[in-house]
Amino acid sequence: MTNALEVDNISKHFGGLKVTGNVSLSLAPGDRVALIGPNGAGKTTFVNLVTGNLSVDAGTVRLGGEDVTSKGPMERVRRGLVRSFQVTRLFQDMTPEEHVALAILQREGRTNRLFGDFRRMPQVLAEVDHLLDELGLEQLATTKVSQIAYGQQRLLELAVALALKPKVLLLDEPAAGVPQSDTGRIEQALAELPADLAVLMIEHDMDLVFRFARRVIVLAAGEIIFDGLPSEVIENARVREAYLGSYANASSVA
Amino acid sequence: MALLVKQEHGMANATTRTAVTRDLIGLVAIIVVAGIGYLLFPNNLALLTRIIAIAFLVLSLDLVTGFCGIATLGHAALFGAGAYAAGMASVHFGINEPITMVMVGLIAGAVAGLISGAVVLRAHGLPQLVLSIALIHLFHELANKASSWTGGSDGLSGITPDPLLGMFEFDLWGRTAYVFGVVLLLIVFAVLTRVVRSPFGMLCRGIKEDPIRIRAMGGAVQSTLLRMYIISGAVAGIGGALNAISTQVVGLDSLSFTLSAESLVMLVLGGTGSLYGGLIGTVVFMWFEDLVSAANPFHWLTMVGALLILVVLFAPRGLYGSAAAYFTRRGERR
Repeated sequence: MTNALEVDNISKHFGGLKVTGNVSLSLAPGDRVALIGPNGAGKTTFVNLVTGNLSVDAGTVRLGGEDVTSKGPMERVRRGLVRSFQVTRLFQDMTPEEHVALAILQREGRTNRLFGDFRRMPQVLAEVDHLLDELGLEQLATTKVSQIAYGQQRLLELAVALALKPKVLLLDEPAAGVPQSDTGRIEQALAELPADLAVLMIEHDMDLVFRFARRVIVLAAGEIIFDGLPSEVIENARVREAYLGSYANASSVA
Repeated sequence: MALLVKQEHGMANATTRTAVTRDLIGLVAIIVVAGIGYLLFPNNLALLTRIIAIAFLVLSLDLVTGFCGIATLGHAALFGAGAYAAGMASVHFGINEPITMVMVGLIAGAVAGLISGAVVLRAHGLPQLVLSIALIHLFHELANKASSWTGGSDGLSGITPDPLLGMFEFDLWGRTAYVFGVVLLLIVFAVLTRVVRSPFGMLCRGIKEDPIRIRAMGGAVQSTLLRMYIISGAVAGIGGALNAISTQVVGLDSLSFTLSAESLVMLVLGGTGSLYGGLIGTVVFMWFEDLVSAANPFHWLTMVGALLILVVLFAPRGLYGSAAAYFTRRGERR
């Protein structure tokens, strides 16, 4: 089967500083992978290299078998690579309904239309209702984002990402900044992600990692030092070394 | 379940209906205000027509500034391009049919919008503002130097529009020009209210708030903004053409930095990003300007300045924006 995402030996330097060195990994449809690592390990750089926001110095990135290394972020989104942001980036002045509709219309290449209102497009509306329903946002469909709680904004981030019908979903700390009381709803949403979707989640919260991921990748100093089962990551000597004393999570990993 | 879905659609349709009702009210309000203006100031229709022409410029500015977040102090370039193009069509090419002249203005405005957009969209923030200022000065100088075509600093005169639809002469009182302007405004306003609600309009609002997010959704930022700039140019160009037809002369002031800045002031006065705010701001500013300059020719600018300071301090979202926010809040409290 073709891998949904295949990263082959990519590296990136900022000046003389190596931030990503010969990283390779592949995601098959349905994978649930967590990417962890101490602060400054190069996780964000890695995500930016995959999405195309940064260009690689060497190596290739493939989506569904197609080489997209020279393609920009927009092209990659259109080929099914979608990301969510660590800090929600939503349009404060727009409603959840509008967010999801915009994503659907964008996916269908209809945002260049000068006329027509999505509220009069039954098929778009049905999908909007369905997605908001799934994430428990139906009550807030017409409330401006600036007036809804942060936990629900995170759910809306997910709804927007899903509306783009991704094949590969990169989640950058999907529960960051959400009060403990609301993380359950987000975890539930993560558990209900489409089965054939390949998901790569960057996360600090090890509890969430263990509940969600079936595979864990540890990045340290720009290189992959571990790629395996969650149950094994705790025992791994290199991982412990990378974390020891460098991050508060060391205690939960060790 | 089917019933539930139907109900939800009913709700969504209600939102659309409210928007459509509001737009209808807006159109009726334009007709009513235009009618009152006609009855109250039958001897001052030239001023009223001028207000309508400038309203096109301010609406056009609202499209790029209010809906897309582009900072510009050079927007009169689009208006002036329409005015000069319509004027030159009449003077140099004998195109005197008013509707054709408006079309010429529309196209010239759109081309000027394309040029302006291509330059202004290269930068963001303050550099963007500076580019727009440079641009309006270049347009101004171009019109000034090409005097064999534009009349230079004397202005372009000799514009002789034919009767509208072959029936209505552009008379001395300016009745035909006024009615023509009102009808054009109604058409453009009706089209624009639909455009800003369209998928394209939503995309523009998204870009205004967070272009990075739009890119992450696979949306094209630059080409969308450029497209809006072209539409905006077409709207401003219609205003310019209307001005050329009604005054039968085009001066360099229609391509000036001053007019650009004033149009921004009118937009902020009324409120950005609603279309209505632009209209209200134009009417209030120009009417107030006319009133106080007649009442006190020495201190009228002081009074205009005072009005602006008051509005910015006490109604920061503009006259329309602040009023709309007030009524929304009141509605929610109930």
